[in-house]
Amino acid sequence: MTVNTSLVNTVDLVLARKKIRREKRRLFFSTLGQNKAAVVGGIIILFYISLTFLAPILAPYDPYAINLQDKLQFPSWTHWMGTDDKGRDILSRILYGSRLSLGVGFSSVFFGAFFGIILGLVAGYYGKWVDTIISRSLDVMLAFPGILLALAIISALGPSLINVTIAVGVFSIPLFARIVRGSTMEIKQLEYIDAIRTLGANDFTIIFRHIFPNILSPIIVQGSLRLATAILSAAGLSFLGLGAQPPSPEWGAMLSSGRDFLFSAPYMAIFPGLMISVLVLGFNLFGDGLRDALDPRMKK
Amino acid sequence: MFLFIIKRLLQIVPVILGVTLVVFLIMQMVPGDSAVILAGEGASKETVEQLRVDLGLNKPMHEQYISYISNVVQGDLGNSLKNNQPVLDEILIRLPITMELAFFSILITVVLGLIAGIISAVRPYSYSDIGVMVVALLGISLPSFWLGILLMYVFSIKLQWLPVAGWDSTAHIILPAITLGAGGAAIVARMTRSSMLEVVGQDYIRTAKAKGLAEHVIIYKHALRNALIPVITVVGLQFGSLLGGTVLVESVFAINGLGRMIVDAIRTRDIPMVQGGVLVASLVFVFVNLLVDTMYRVFNKRIDLN
Repeated sequence: MTVNTSLVNTVDLVLARKKIRREKRRLFFSTLGQNKAAVVGGIIILFYISLTFLAPILAPYDPYAINLQDKLQFPSWTHWMGTDDKGRDILSRILYGSRLSLGVGFSSVFFGAFFGIILGLVAGYYGKWVDTIISRSLDVMLAFPGILLALAIISALGPSLINVTIAVGVFSIPLFARIVRGSTMEIKQLEYIDAIRTLGANDFTIIFRHIFPNILSPIIVQGSLRLATAILSAAGLSFLGLGAQPPSPEWGAMLSSGRDFLFSAPYMAIFPGLMISVLVLGFNLFGDGLRDALDPRMKK
Repeated sequence: MFLFIIKRLLQIVPVILGVTLVVFLIMQMVPGDSAVILAGEGASKETVEQLRVDLGLNKPMHEQYISYISNVVQGDLGNSLKNNQPVLDEILIRLPITMELAFFSILITVVLGLIAGIISAVRPYSYSDIGVMVVALLGISLPSFWLGILLMYVFSIKLQWLPVAGWDSTAHIILPAITLGAGGAAIVARMTRSSMLEVVGQDYIRTAKAKGLAEHVIIYKHALRNALIPVITVVGLQFGSLLGGTVLVESVFAINGLGRMIVDAIRTRDIPMVQGGVLVASLVFVFVNLLVDTMYRVFNKRIDLN
């Protein structure tokens, strides 16, 4: 009888939890859906993601095919965005380039988030000297202005798109770590963490099963806003010739080669820049909306 | 105040040491033998070995770091691999140009950002507010290097009002400063707006209104003064990305500043030059942050930063 009652209680509890989770999800999507800017941002991001998949179908020409007879053609019905100095179709290159720009953006933010989260969790949970060492190291990383830390890393590793991903990722670590550290410190003081510890859970379980799921909101918001910065930084580094190398259709690199033809073919620089700007705008809009929906305390 | 500055100066010592350590480690991260890279292609075995001994590369890493620090303290940032000239000499020529660019850009960031923010906050949710905020959002999203190219295309190539590139006259400063300051101005505008809206809701502003004070007195004397406090922090933080941004803007407008020097040095693998440039730019940033903290204290005496 006792066993049955406790079983019923457990089932009830599980159902109630599921209901709460469902309700939270509904509330999140309805808040996000009501935010027009976030919806526009979301649509822009989805549009770009679909381009990465549809590039082979949508691209009218081979993005690498050189055709010097057709070089520097103005936008027309045959070449919607014109052709570059080597006669390559700019639209096709931009479509394929979406894979590189989004790829670098997502991978570098994932890289930064992964290490930043671990460092932040460890610093926030253990505190004391562990926190001091990690926090001071993060301060040092933040003492490098803007993309200079990324530049320093590339100077050592050498210019390439993969190294740009690593460099931009490293440059994102302190931002994630700081946010995670703060939230971890807040949560570890709550009673339920004490209760779990009393029940015999080890540090690993407490950190990853009980603290981490509860600090996801600020991480997601930061991740989304960080994607905008990461895409801008990666494009900037490729623009400087330190990232994607020719003939790669990375947008920053395309913009850089377009700069040399500003007098005769300004569209060579205009279209890649426009693609970067709209994508970054999408992430900024979506990130702002996510912040309002997920974490009302962070609302401006 | 004096004690506060001394305390903050002591606090930045470990940060500066950390920065030198990271910059030192750049050299260690270079794949392959540093001496071979420094000696250049085609150098004989003897030259490489001599260089290894000369630069102390045969010593343990901690000894190398200590000698690096003592050299830096004495103003010796090494010699360029390109022309064998002291790195510091080159930096001293380039740094004033970058600082001038940074100064005018931050001026644009603050002036444009504040004006736009105030316009927005005075009539919230009006067309002017929405317009300003849309422009601000675009300002945050546009890559500076693209904005620079667009401005160059319109004002230098099409209208021929301003020079295309270089750094010889006041006219040369305008486009790069706008390019570099625009993103920051957008952030300051957003911050000023939200900060002012928060202040406007406070009781003392309602009291000022009830007293019958003119709107401009309320806005400039009461609201703005208090709203400025968080804005100062944002401007300070912006200085970092602005200093980093000089790398891109100097490349767009062919300005021979510190940023362009670092990029050129990375291309030619002139590692001592990269190390020196990054180190000096970071030190400037650390000291600007100290200045911002001090200003923050001056503006807001209620906050005890100690």
